[in-house]
Amino acid sequence: MATSTDQLEASSAPSALGGATPAPGADVPVIQFEGVHKIYDLGEVQVHALRGLDVTIRRGEFVAIMGASGGGKSTFMNLVGGLDRPTRGLYKLDGVDVSSLDKVELAHIRNRKIGFVFQGFNLLSRTTALENVELPALYARLAPAERVERAREALRIVGLAEREHHYPSQLSGGQQQRVAIARALMNRPSLLLADEPTGNLDSRTSVEIMGIFQRLNRERGITLVLVTHEPDIAQYAQRIITFRDGKIRRDERVPHPAAAEEVLKNMPVVGEDD
Amino acid sequence: MDFVSVVRVALRALTRNKMRSILTMLGIIIGVGAVIAMVGVGQGASEQMQAQIAAMGSNLIIVQSGSRQAGVVHIGFGATKTLVPADEEAMLQEIPLIKAAAAGTSTHQQVISDNNNWGTSIQGTEPSYFDIRNWTFDLGASFTDRDVSEDNNVAVLGTTVYQNLFPDGSDPVGKTIRIKNLPFTVVGTLQPKGQSGMGQDQDDNVYIPYTTLQKKLSGQNWLSNVSISASSKEVTDSVEQQITNLLHTRHRIRAGQHDDFQVRNLSDVADAANAASSIMTILLGSIASVSLLVGGIGIMNIMLVSVTERTREIGIRMAVGATEADVKRQFIIEALVLASIGGIIGILFGLVTSWLISAIAKWAVDVSLISIVVAALFSAGIGIFFGYYPAKKAANLDPIEALRFE
Repeated sequence: MATSTDQLEASSAPSALGGATPAPGADVPVIQFEGVHKIYDLGEVQVHALRGLDVTIRRGEFVAIMGASGGGKSTFMNLVGGLDRPTRGLYKLDGVDVSSLDKVELAHIRNRKIGFVFQGFNLLSRTTALENVELPALYARLAPAERVERAREALRIVGLAEREHHYPSQLSGGQQQRVAIARALMNRPSLLLADEPTGNLDSRTSVEIMGIFQRLNRERGITLVLVTHEPDIAQYAQRIITFRDGKIRRDERVPHPAAAEEVLKNMPVVGEDD
Repeated sequence: MDFVSVVRVALRALTRNKMRSILTMLGIIIGVGAVIAMVGVGQGASEQMQAQIAAMGSNLIIVQSGSRQAGVVHIGFGATKTLVPADEEAMLQEIPLIKAAAAGTSTHQQVISDNNNWGTSIQGTEPSYFDIRNWTFDLGASFTDRDVSEDNNVAVLGTTVYQNLFPDGSDPVGKTIRIKNLPFTVVGTLQPKGQSGMGQDQDDNVYIPYTTLQKKLSGQNWLSNVSISASSKEVTDSVEQQITNLLHTRHRIRAGQHDDFQVRNLSDVADAANAASSIMTILLGSIASVSLLVGGIGIMNIMLVSVTERTREIGIRMAVGATEADVKRQFIIEALVLASIGGIIGILFGLVTSWLISAIAKWAVDVSLISIVVAALFSAGIGIFFGYYPAKKAANLDPIEALRFE
């Protein structure tokens, strides 16, 4: 069962893009799981992916989710992101019971409150970086001018302002992931979900990306939940939850999270003759 | 998403694979083009036929002497001698709905001018005949009723006769021609009318007063026909009936006996021709529509493939907040845009084809604005209809599965 976690002060820095969504009180957890079960019915076999999960994640936390394959990480992320629903139990997102929402409302939640970052970047090919970033705003029915403005701002935050007209095929892996992060920020979500975001990146770029995450968490108070199987990457978070066999095996604070900027300074740049 | 953005996204998706889009559109293009061309041909034929019939005269009823045996037309044409000028007078007196009537009789003679001769048909008639037949004059004018009552030797020439008797193009009015060695003064020439529906040259006739023909050329006092113009289209059937009744009485024909005359109501002929050509147009159009159907199926097919190929993309859109309705709308609009562009190209293709048909095969073709509008709407409808199923499939994808799709 989960061990108690220290209270984390909610970040008090609201900012233009992303940050604490106005909530009745800063103590309403962003994610609240109570006795959540998820059972996949595959005909002859039933897979009990989550077994009675209790977990609370508060605003402004930076949490890493670890665990072996099949332990329930992906299922947990799918439930958190509203892409799937618990079979049993309660999931409250910002205090709202997710199981009471219909598909359209879930889609709105994904649009407004949650930003996704995937291992495979999942950008639309043959679409420019700017248009990729604009995508969530399209479904939020934002006016075109405002859409473009916000998308540019998001690209600036991740440091890709000059590449807005590039296609994904013209961008490196790290740059594509940054575009994906910018896209995730478009509708000013309070929660960012990242599924193995550094899985397809080299070590230096991975640290750069973690640096962006840390900056977003620190400067804008965005809650971050990140799945990884690399302990090195998990060290950049403030809290590590380890899944095993559908339950939480370990839930501990990281006493001294690594600082990406520092690590980058000491990291040798991989040259051509290495 | 607002409509403009959706259309733009759709266009982008279509241009991503231009070759495929064009091939898919081909079905619609050919289908729409074929429908427009075929309907155009049908309409053109119909109008040409109507024009030909109208050119014969408005509300025209022709009474011909001679009996019609069952199934055989023109047997005994002009062979009986019972139709007489008095019948015509009776008709004019007793049937007020007759606007005008003209007695007719004919013979075939050699006509001689100063330097030429020409064998042609001599039609004996009255001045009213030219009004009834909507026939205008080129040079000069018709002979008069007085010429008829005085059996004067005056003649009106059809264009073909005029060209053959006066090849130098000189004005024949006032000049003398000889028919059966009798001198006739030319009083006018007619505008050309071309071939009749049965292939006869309507301009190869000479018109003289029927009294003159009866007394001086044929020696007979009966008529071969009476041409009648009814006062309006609606009354032609009634007039036809009244004429029949009148002649039954005057010719003492009892029930069960064969008539010794025929009454032909040309507006019936026109209606029948209309109906026939309408059926032909519908038939042509229907056959062409089959290719439109095939085009629609082609669209559905390609959209299904497109949905499968873009499963990942659909998953991303759903993850980012697209609802099922958003996804469905996106794909339907794509199909709609595809079909509409195909429809527009098809319309152009149809217009070009119609023009080619009329220019090369010399068929009459009439492409109406209505057929273009209907074709455009129809192709849009096909897009929506055949795009619906793939769009629904796309919307029903499970986002998690879709995101994992390779």
